[in-house]
Amino acid sequence: MITDDRWTERIRDPKAECMSRDERAALQGEKLRDLVKRVYGVVPFYTEKMKALGLEPGDIKGIEDIGKLPFTTKEDLRENYPFGFLAVPNEKIARVQGTSGTTGKLTVMAYTQKDVDVWGECVARCLTMAGLTAEDRIHVCYGYGLFTGGMGLDFGAQKLGAMAIPMSAGNTKRQLMCMEDFGATAFACTPSYAMHLAEAMAEAGVVDHMKIKAGVCGAEPWTVEMRKKIEEIMKINCFDIYGLCEITGPGVAMDCIHHEGLHVHADHFYPEVLDVSTHEPVGEGETGELVFTTLSKEAVPLIRYRTKDLTSINYETCKCGRTTPRISKFKGRTDDMKVIRGVNVFPTQVETALLGIGEVIPHYLLIIDRENNMDVLTVMVEVDEKFFSDEIRKLDALRNKIGSVLREALGLSVRVKLVEPKTIERSEGKAKRVIDNRNLV
Amino acid sequence: MSTIQQLSVFLENREGRLDEVLTTLGNNDVNIVALSLADTTEYGMLRMIVSDPQKGKEVLRAVGITSMLTPVVALRVPHATGSLSKAMHCLVVDGGINVEYMYAFANGKDASAVLKTDEPERAAEILVSSGFGVWEADEAYKANC
Repeated sequence: MITDDRWTERIRDPKAECMSRDERAALQGEKLRDLVKRVYGVVPFYTEKMKALGLEPGDIKGIEDIGKLPFTTKEDLRENYPFGFLAVPNEKIARVQGTSGTTGKLTVMAYTQKDVDVWGECVARCLTMAGLTAEDRIHVCYGYGLFTGGMGLDFGAQKLGAMAIPMSAGNTKRQLMCMEDFGATAFACTPSYAMHLAEAMAEAGVVDHMKIKAGVCGAEPWTVEMRKKIEEIMKINCFDIYGLCEITGPGVAMDCIHHEGLHVHADHFYPEVLDVSTHEPVGEGETGELVFTTLSKEAVPLIRYRTKDLTSINYETCKCGRTTPRISKFKGRTDDMKVIRGVNVFPTQVETALLGIGEVIPHYLLIIDRENNMDVLTVMVEVDEKFFSDEIRKLDALRNKIGSVLREALGLSVRVKLVEPKTIERSEGKAKRVIDNRNLV
Repeated sequence: MSTIQQLSVFLENREGRLDEVLTTLGNNDVNIVALSLADTTEYGMLRMIVSDPQKGKEVLRAVGITSMLTPVVALRVPHATGSLSKAMHCLVVDGGINVEYMYAFANGKDASAVLKTDEPERAAEILVSSGFGVWEADEAYKANC
């Protein structure tokens, strides 16, 4: 692992990543004007919405007019499934990608070749931010297929000129063997799978056989503590990559070595952070829902797409030299949030609290039940083998300690259930952290 | 000196878990000499003296069961009223040793008690110097065979 004071920062596109705020706003304004013209009269959804608002393309003069435009939601995309949002003729479409479909019907997005190029370029900027160059070998254990993770990292590695190892997810033993044998210098996967790889590496005693120096992890929320734990076990630097299929895929934003927010590639994706109930912009640094407008996308441009991710935004120039706006690590999703006995609970809060304890590993499961009209939250926690004891007194003390740390962190009393190490299911994609058994419908 | 290794397994309260542990040990020729099963509302703790503790731990690990080895003292208690009380007196009152838990096993000529303390080695020394017998590991693992 390299500490940030000994780090050599590389910036792939200094013009785009380090331009002044005014220059960027002018570029964004120009692109927004063009975007509105490209969808108006072509995409029925936007044409109708704009007409209903009494808006014409000419009313959008600069980026400051973005608030006049209508929102787009996941439901809108579903209603126009699969290709109702297309803004280009069929022969321009190069490929499709879809969401992992965690909630019902999948969302499918089309890309022109230029869209694929922009996407790859954004991922290449991220890989460069992680210190990688054409010399590197990137082991991709995101799924390849409709899901954007595998293809996205692959496109990025291509643009960078690095060697891609298209492993896809699953079969941890084989992953480790290939990582070692092919001399991978970086890997990309979900953070929960990275944690699983780290444990497996440590258990097999092969950490020192690896040439890995960086992990690029995303597609689910994770905490700083979890990043540090993976970094410590594997002796590498880990980075938080963000993206969503609707906007393009991974590579919309990533944090740099200073880990002070994720740099948004704002020349292609315009971020807004809006109040959850009023939908008005919140102040700099305040939390709200992240909304994106795709400034460059041709096939399916989206205007003010509501991501449901909760974050805040910072426009200051970063220590790394980039001027791109930074979004904070996610504080959860508007739809991940569970209301338990009237208290808002995000799984990431539990993770932060557990990682602060040390005797447990960050594999956990929240189970919400309703008993006698009362919500009951049970947290299943795996005990770290090293802290395992055959004395019931010590295990009970640990259970009580976890209970009080969680009660403090969540403002809610919690039942803690210690479980045997390695019994909570390890996911190779997005980790399942919550089981809500309440039937509230 | 004179401490032996106990094999302990954390058992979640779910069906078939105990059976899984016992079957695994049996199938791998790990003989159980003595055992105690403590239960709480949430989980159980199975503590055993077995013929080969290290092998026991490994065969359990191979089927995904986590266990641990803990040094304990196996005290020989003569068949005479008051012997256990006398031994405890030497340890707890005179020796200042804190006994965490204890369970018994029978082995014909005399009875035996497995003791878990914070200071297993010192506990064994106190018992021996007070005239009690403690099991050596090799004999204990093969007791009743």
